[in-house]
Amino acid sequence: MTVKQISVFLENKPGQLAAFTDVISKGGINLRALSLAEAEDFGIVRVIVDNVYNATAILKEEHYIFSITDVIALEIPDTPGGLNQMIHVFGDNDVNLEYMYAFAGNKTGVANMIFRVKNVDKAIEVLKEKGIKTLTQDDLKA
Amino acid sequence: MKNYYQPEIETMPLEELQALQSERLAAQVQHVYENVPFYRGKMDAAGIKPEDIKGIEDLHKLPFITKDDLRDQYPYGLLGVPLDQVVRIQSTSGTTGRRVVAFYTQDDINVWEDCCARALVAVGATKEDVCHVSYGYGLFTGGPGLNGGSHKVGCLTLPMSSGNTERQIQFMEDLGSTILCCTPSYASYLGETITEQGRKDNIKLKAGIFGAEPWTEEMRRDIEKTLGIKAYDIYGLTEISGPGVSFECQAQAGMHIQEDHFIPEIIDPDTGEVLPEGEVGELVFSCITKKAFPLLRYRTRDLCILTREQCSCGRTHVRMMKPKGRSDDMLIVKGVNVFPSQIETVLINKGYPANYLIIVDRVGTNDTMEVQVEMTAEMFSDSLKEVAAREKELVEAIKAMLGIKIKVKLVAPKTIARSEGKAKRVDDRRKLYD
Repeated sequence: MTVKQISVFLENKPGQLAAFTDVISKGGINLRALSLAEAEDFGIVRVIVDNVYNATAILKEEHYIFSITDVIALEIPDTPGGLNQMIHVFGDNDVNLEYMYAFAGNKTGVANMIFRVKNVDKAIEVLKEKGIKTLTQDDLKA
Repeated sequence: MKNYYQPEIETMPLEELQALQSERLAAQVQHVYENVPFYRGKMDAAGIKPEDIKGIEDLHKLPFITKDDLRDQYPYGLLGVPLDQVVRIQSTSGTTGRRVVAFYTQDDINVWEDCCARALVAVGATKEDVCHVSYGYGLFTGGPGLNGGSHKVGCLTLPMSSGNTERQIQFMEDLGSTILCCTPSYASYLGETITEQGRKDNIKLKAGIFGAEPWTEEMRRDIEKTLGIKAYDIYGLTEISGPGVSFECQAQAGMHIQEDHFIPEIIDPDTGEVLPEGEVGELVFSCITKKAFPLLRYRTRDLCILTREQCSCGRTHVRMMKPKGRSDDMLIVKGVNVFPSQIETVLINKGYPANYLIIVDRVGTNDTMEVQVEMTAEMFSDSLKEVAAREKELVEAIKAMLGIKIKVKLVAPKTIARSEGKAKRVDDRRKLYD
């Protein structure tokens, strides 16, 4: 299973991210994960939210440019080598990682990470073979 | 008197000069009526016969020629002589539709080079001088025009062309260049580089002729200081011949129009009505000696003022003040003519909305141009490198269209102001025209 990531276009200037989080918070949307990527003049904020439908409706209303991407959310044992092991699962099986970021989950003892891979279907298959459970959209509801 | 290349013409009493113009104009009208079907059609439609144009007082009766006419008649529609008499073309940059291709007979080349020779002599050039031409050579008129003029004066001519600044300075030092011809922005750059490298003492330059782009008095003072020279303005356009249509003398008080070849008028750009001397309006030229590309009443879109006040140099030819702007939306960026519609074409071709803003500025001596484009959902993705690649693609496409590298800035939707009626597409922060 994958989860929906919303990526939003922002200009790279003061106040743009604040304006975005204003919109999200006024809409009663809970941000579960967030990561920023920046170019010279613009940035892309990537978020995982508790309610994708409501979030996109609000963003549309506010004329934001965004896209939806399927990404993989995983729980990783919060122990030395935990992440290393997971990354090997991708690397050893020829799955290319585009980007990844961590976020706070509800459980203790695990770290939560979002993985954006080139070939999602293949990645899911590889994880299944290894018996690694992926998180669902429901798992990410607070 | 000194400092004239053709004194009998350059100081000709006004009455005589106007009689010469009248005679040449009447002959030119006859020439185009007989040889250019386009003119014949236009004159017939307006009910004007060549005999109706007896002299300069009748000039206003002729219809105007515009850049649109040039586009419609491209490439040969305005040719005034058989092709076997044509020896050269010159062209502006830009794409088809905006590009001007002009034709010259050998006599036309002589007219043009005479004008450039007059410009050189007016700033003090003699055959003792070393004339360093750093305008581009090729289709662009700058290099070939000044090169030809320099030959006529008898200067040692250095056909440097543009670029390779280190070599330019080396030649100036080794061959003792005394007159520099290039764009004002390149002159500024050369001046800066020479000063920074502490090579000013090795440079023998005394005067420079700088044109092909608008420049300010401030830039003049700056160039004069860093290069230790007198800096003079020159004006021209490919449609009319090239540089030398008008030029400054040592009085540095406006550019003398070479009226024995080109008759200027100032018109109201909206009504087309001829305005009296001293009023700001659009400059219109009629070529009365050129045969291959004989434009009559060509609208330049440059806004300026003419003055017949006596000039201290003794020349009787009318002076035009530095253009004060344009009556169309053309920009000159890095010496290249840019129309906002060209940017629009690229955006539409690439799938972007035709809502954009062009910001032109000058950083140091360099023109900069930024095109702000609104991001669309179709162009966007979660991948930074994909979005950056789209931005780069746009930069490349605009470069292919204009020939200059610009910056593209993707902005959020609804951030570029929509205006009712005429949209503001250009923000020129260079303040070139005040």
